[in-house]
Amino acid sequence: MLEPSTAFPAALSCRGLVKRYGDVVAVDGLDLEVRPGECFGLLGPNGAGKTTTIEILEGLNRPDAGEVSVLGEAWGRGRDRALRQRLGIQLQETKLNDKLSVEETVTLFRSFYARGPAPLEVIRQVSLEEKRGAWVVKLSGGQRQRLSVACALVNQPEVLFLDEPTTGLDPQSRRQLWELIAGFRRGGGTVLLTTHYMDEAEKLCDRVAIVDHGKVIALGTPAELIALLGADHVVEFAVEGEPDTARLAALPGAGQVRREAAGWLLSLRTPHVTIPALLAELERQRLPLLSLTTHHATLEDVFMSLTGRTLRDGA
Amino acid sequence: MNALRRSALWQLSRARMVMFLREPEAVFWVFVFPILLALALGIAFRNQGPQRSAVGVEQGPGAAAVERALAASPDLAVRVLAPDAARVALRRGAIAVLVRPAPAGPPVLIYDPTRPETRLAHLATVDALERAAGRTDPLAVRDDTRVRPGGRYIDFLLPGLIGLNLLGTGMWGIGFPIATARQQKLLKRMIATPMRKTDYLLAFLFARIFWLLLEVGALLLFGWLAFHVVVRGSWLAFTLVVLVGALAFSALGLLVASRAQTIEAVSGWMNAAMLPMWLLSGTFFPADRFPGAVQPLVQALPLTAANNALRAIMNEGAGLAATGWPLLLLAAWAAASFFAALKLFRWE
Ligand SMILES: Nc1ncnc2c1ncn2[C@@H]1O[C@H](COP(=O)(O)OP(=O)(O)OP(=O)(O)O)[C@@H](O)[C@H]1O
Ligand SMILES: [Mg+2]
Repeated sequence: MLEPSTAFPAALSCRGLVKRYGDVVAVDGLDLEVRPGECFGLLGPNGAGKTTTIEILEGLNRPDAGEVSVLGEAWGRGRDRALRQRLGIQLQETKLNDKLSVEETVTLFRSFYARGPAPLEVIRQVSLEEKRGAWVVKLSGGQRQRLSVACALVNQPEVLFLDEPTTGLDPQSRRQLWELIAGFRRGGGTVLLTTHYMDEAEKLCDRVAIVDHGKVIALGTPAELIALLGADHVVEFAVEGEPDTARLAALPGAGQVRREAAGWLLSLRTPHVTIPALLAELERQRLPLLSLTTHHATLEDVFMSLTGRTLRDGA
Repeated sequence: MNALRRSALWQLSRARMVMFLREPEAVFWVFVFPILLALALGIAFRNQGPQRSAVGVEQGPGAAAVERALAASPDLAVRVLAPDAARVALRRGAIAVLVRPAPAGPPVLIYDPTRPETRLAHLATVDALERAAGRTDPLAVRDDTRVRPGGRYIDFLLPGLIGLNLLGTGMWGIGFPIATARQQKLLKRMIATPMRKTDYLLAFLFARIFWLLLEVGALLLFGWLAFHVVVRGSWLAFTLVVLVGALAFSALGLLVASRAQTIEAVSGWMNAAMLPMWLLSGTFFPADRFPGAVQPLVQALPLTAANNALRAIMNEGAGLAATGWPLLLLAAWAAASFFAALKLFRWE
């Protein structure tokens, strides 16, 4: 894991963050540090505390304990409006006004900020020029999501917060949004985003924090996190009967063995050695093979090996 | 102009105005419905000229003379009926009084004295019979029966409809969008920007004043074109009452929506706030008809104050001085509701 750099002040940081809702501890002593110009991902299952954390950083939610610093400032010291001039925020579930057009919506948001590009310029950035006169109610889900991001970009923010920006989008819309984020970063902006999608985090994020039950359980670049597995390939297979997992783990080049809903997962470093050995071992245990597939290890596998659950299992 | 167009307050107010005009339901209830109501009630209760009372004369000797005597009265419609038919007509209310000629002496009048229209018919019948018998009037009064302007039902109704409309748009036009925006996390999104919260709330008031011009203008114009209803008193007083009234009801709408998390909740609260005013504030009939015990409540309601003031100005030609008290009451409602709303308001 990389040590937090002391040479640059962090764009965002929080320390010992705690937030409780009655008996539920939504955020449980969470530390984060996002460097200027970096794209940082919060990854975790439903209810992990991602939205609560990001909204505390955005100054929309008050923590029960802990310290927050945003661009070197703290919330609630009388400088909130000045700070908001420098942030771009997209919330997980905002519904914009149905009966305003795309252009009217962007112009409205633009009017809250002292500086920023012209509304049409922002509309072009999110490729909604053709829809500029259309009412929000007439937009598709992906177009609404892009409009919501446009509203976060109207002030050319220094820090962009995106809470599940691509949930529910088709692959093409997701890719468009990824490009938008990449473009924003080329301009020197810092991004904090949350997502359920591993490929998204691997593609977009310089560093990722895996959050579970309100705590950071792993932190690093996607490559570093995958290296934690000690293996960069994963075999998924299903057999009739119960394999002897100790013997499987002892195969040459094999890592962890885990049970999954549809069968078994074996992480491994050298497919060309381990897979023939695995087949021979299953033969020896007299377990007919029903299916076998392999893939490169992903953050999903990291999450599973850390928690024993998949990201979509929920808390 | 460009600086204005870029200002948040202008953009927020403009957005409010156009969003309202883009809701067909809102436009119907605010503009079309009150006019339809005024039209329907104005026609149903229009003055139809003097009415005649129906009286019957039972067949028999002397019936013809009685019929002649009654027919001379402009207030009576007379029929001669067989005894059986006469009884049925009386029971059904087809005739108010039955006159039974007597072989000797004056006729007998059969009627039910508990109904006002029946007593009226009785008086007119007695009068007609006495005249026919040769009575002369000891005092010859002269009548002036022209209808006074401002005295028709539509004259009473239209100011009430304006008041009711101020209440309705104030509540629905402000409470509804705020509760919706809160439910859809739009309020939260708004305060994630550097927008001034006061700008957001002020925009509602500005948009409100804009609709006010449209809705009051539409009702006044309709009243003038269709029924020749006019504002007889001070236009300044009229404008002030409408403006302060609109602010009072808007503040009430803001108060009702200050915490509501859902559309259902805000609808419930709004109906709870509006019901007493619909019932008690004298929109469709005078509020003085309620018993004295509830009058303090009736008179304290903002809609009562607005209705009374508008009627005084439009029908009785009242000026600013005469509307001081209702204006004060409305201003008090506006201020109290607004400060309570600011205290209670939740952005999420
Ligand atoms: N306003 C609230 N009142 C009560 N409990 C809350 C509230 N907001 C969040 N929680 C609880 O806090 C926990 C964390 O919620 P949070 O929204 O931060 O999760 P998340 O990681 O964003 O999940 P998702 O991926 O589903 O968006 C959950 O258990 C949730 O039920
Ligand atoms: Mg969330």
